[in-house]
Amino acid sequence: MSDKRIGDVILDVKNISLAFGGVKALTDISFNVREHEIRAIIGPNGAGKSSMLNCINGVYTPQMGTISFRGQTFDHMDSRQVAEMGIARTFQNLALFKGMSVLDNIMTGRNLRIKSNLFLQALRIGPAEREEMQHRAHVERIIDFLEIQAHRKTPVGQLPYGLQKRVDLGRALALEPQVLLLDEPMAGMNVEEKQDMCRFILDVNDEFGTTVVLIEHDMSVVMDISDRVVVLDYGQKIGDGTPDDVRNNEEVISAYLGTSH
Amino acid sequence: MQPSGHGDSPHAYWARQNGDKMERTFSQLLMGHAQQRPQAPAMREKEYGIWQTHSWADMAQIASHMAAGLHLAGLRRGEHIVVVGANRPRLTAAMLAAQTLGAIPVPLYQDAVASEYVFPINNAEVRFAVVENQEQVDKMIEIRGQCPGISHIIYDDPRGLRNYQESGLSSLDACLSAGAAHVAAHPAWAQQEIDAGRPDDVAAMFFTSGTTGNPKGVVHTHHSLIDRAQAGADFDRLGHNEEVLAYLPPAWIGQNIFSYAQWLCCGYVVNCPESSATMAIDLKEVGPTYYFAPPRVFEGLLTSVMIRMEDAGAIKRKMFSYFMGVARQHGPARMDGKSIGLMASLKYALGDWLVYGPLRNNLGMSRVRVAYTAGEAIGPDLFTFYRSIGVNLKQLYGSTETAVFVCLQPDHEARADTVGVPCAGVEIKVAENGEILVKSPGLLKGYYKNPEATAEVLTADGWYHTSDAGFLDASGHLKIIDRVKDVGRIKGGTNDGAMFAPKYVENKLKFFPFIKEAVAYGDQREKVCVMINIDFDAVGNWAERRNLPYAGYTDLAQKPEVYELIQDCVEKVNADLSADDLLAGSQISRFLVLHKELDADDGELTRTNKVRRGYIAEKYQVLVDALYGGLTSQFIETAVKFEDGRSGSVSATLRLSDAKLFAPVGRAA
Repeated sequence: MSDKRIGDVILDVKNISLAFGGVKALTDISFNVREHEIRAIIGPNGAGKSSMLNCINGVYTPQMGTISFRGQTFDHMDSRQVAEMGIARTFQNLALFKGMSVLDNIMTGRNLRIKSNLFLQALRIGPAEREEMQHRAHVERIIDFLEIQAHRKTPVGQLPYGLQKRVDLGRALALEPQVLLLDEPMAGMNVEEKQDMCRFILDVNDEFGTTVVLIEHDMSVVMDISDRVVVLDYGQKIGDGTPDDVRNNEEVISAYLGTSH
Repeated sequence: MQPSGHGDSPHAYWARQNGDKMERTFSQLLMGHAQQRPQAPAMREKEYGIWQTHSWADMAQIASHMAAGLHLAGLRRGEHIVVVGANRPRLTAAMLAAQTLGAIPVPLYQDAVASEYVFPINNAEVRFAVVENQEQVDKMIEIRGQCPGISHIIYDDPRGLRNYQESGLSSLDACLSAGAAHVAAHPAWAQQEIDAGRPDDVAAMFFTSGTTGNPKGVVHTHHSLIDRAQAGADFDRLGHNEEVLAYLPPAWIGQNIFSYAQWLCCGYVVNCPESSATMAIDLKEVGPTYYFAPPRVFEGLLTSVMIRMEDAGAIKRKMFSYFMGVARQHGPARMDGKSIGLMASLKYALGDWLVYGPLRNNLGMSRVRVAYTAGEAIGPDLFTFYRSIGVNLKQLYGSTETAVFVCLQPDHEARADTVGVPCAGVEIKVAENGEILVKSPGLLKGYYKNPEATAEVLTADGWYHTSDAGFLDASGHLKIIDRVKDVGRIKGGTNDGAMFAPKYVENKLKFFPFIKEAVAYGDQREKVCVMINIDFDAVGNWAERRNLPYAGYTDLAQKPEVYELIQDCVEKVNADLSADDLLAGSQISRFLVLHKELDADDGELTRTNKVRRGYIAEKYQVLVDALYGGLTSQFIETAVKFEDGRSGSVSATLRLSDAKLFAPVGRAA
């Protein structure tokens, strides 16, 4: 990771507050993400990690605060707009099309980039066919990258969980994102699958220069691969810094290990 | 069914002996193809979902550019260079490039752990390593402290290596572009280097895995490899139209002969699968005409078919079992070229249309003209299965030291229990102790820097000692019993002095689909005991169909029902052995089912998946003692190494069972 060129701030979250009725999910959260870095958001269950990601992603609209992406400031994000700006995400509970093949699932990630209309696509006429071949070539590079060649034609529902997670990542990569949001990419995996996933995340970051924002439970994983870490607890930010800073932060230790009130 | 092919009669070998090909090196053969048929496909590799073709001209160009790049980096004639990776055109080109320069490629097993590379690299004083990817680069870096000689690590796939700051690390692309510039400046350079090569120069070195001690480097010349490759090609009339799938480790001489030596002799097409996991899919897509696999691959393919068949609908199952009956009855005779009568022919033809044809297609064997199995004994049921559905599966006999081809089965004379007749150029003799001795143009030049070991196997009179015990049967076919050193004697008890052939017993057990590995003990003991590994897929499936719940391998292995299943197999083997005069005393008295799979990573198997009997006996001493001590259960805890390098332990209380013995049939008569 030595000569990784971490750039300027690409995503800036300022004073975000989000509440569902009386429940405060996020209170006055601010942090930023620099270009090409791996940024982790950690915290105990219910800390508001997924809510934070959903705000960036445009699924939730925060009551207060702003999010800027490459200098453009938004008080709420629109899901489609977010995707068009180059922010892709994966899901904690895998929202894949179970009956479709791995190839087709990843191909759906290209949807935004397909220019020809439905009619041309259905008939595979001229430009539509050429375009499909270009997109297929891109998808094949992702399949190669994620080492899932053996499962290209397999319906996703038949794959083991760890591989489904990889397909989910593949679909997000198909968008050629500048920022990749990963919601618990390693949840429910065994040690070997976790190591594979870590390697893929590092490789994506290294090969494509993609900025990665990830939510994770497994502390050891986070500390190993992230450049900077944000710690949330009960919807509040309690720590922000390099893995070492965070590891030695009193508040973080007590949030994770418990404290006597 | 006369196979169509390109080439000439088997006797052409002798005519060829003084001819043109024998006097050439691999690089000269490559140039020959590149000049005569430059645009013909030489290799294909599936990448990004498409088969990408490299012509002979491409291969020759890559090889000469790479040779120039290696030359500029300092690789010298006669020097060793290791090549580590899967079958890929650019790594094949690395072997060719080394030979172009007169350097000696040493392929190493790509799935070996780093420490296994230390000995070969130091032994051969290697400075250069051409490796496939990050995984292999990491291994090379790991052993650099122990192998200070390594100065150049050249990788093919740059993925993940961008930020490595290791000295001497460079990419194959850089090597190729430097080489291309050199070739452009000196157009005659490559040809001069190739012309300087002589057929009796050393072509390659292969390290044998070895069940004990350090591996030994088997030195082969261009002549020995090309001579054997050509003899094999003549025997089966192989031509340039063959398609081959290269999926076994290139470090194994069998793979080298089939996808390198014979490739260059015949000029056929070698196809490289996309990854090791896609082998079955790629096999089906390529439809090879010439196929080679160790028995375990044939077994794996059959097991997967059988498991799928059991889940099929009732009509399909009925049809399958009826026509497989027909195939068993008439198929082998038909394959042997015998007439089977009109009615049987009709039934077989219908079966071929409904079952065997689709089945061959599913196995990727629709176009197979010649298929070989070797390396280990193959089960008679398995062997007959493939022949009965119309796959011309045959056996051959040979080893690293003999450049593979010693014996081959002719087309209509394939049998499960022999390994064929001596092929052109080979002389065979059986020594007094039962050992098979071989004389052939394909014999090794020697073991590298190991004159003692060379003298042990290669005597002054030119005979190579195979250390296999066997005999030539009445029809001139060679039959192998076991390794000479493993053939032992029962001592004491009722069978005192009887012959004990552990591998023979183990193989008979392994022929059952439920048994994956077996380790037999009995030499200098009063009875034979075995430790058995169940086949997790087959037994797991069997258990599921009987609604037998289990938590995992260890749990399944210790189920009383599984013991009954295995006991049945053991007793069938005993019944079988009792019919054999020589080996009736090798019947199994006691057995147990092991709680963990024997694994090469734990040192229990060799890299070619052969059991290391001695090591296993030491490691599981308590179990061996319990077997011979007559105990009925024994606790054991075993350290295991996981694939990611961590270690842990598995413990279980194993059951030990007795098996029924049969009175020798031969002696009673």
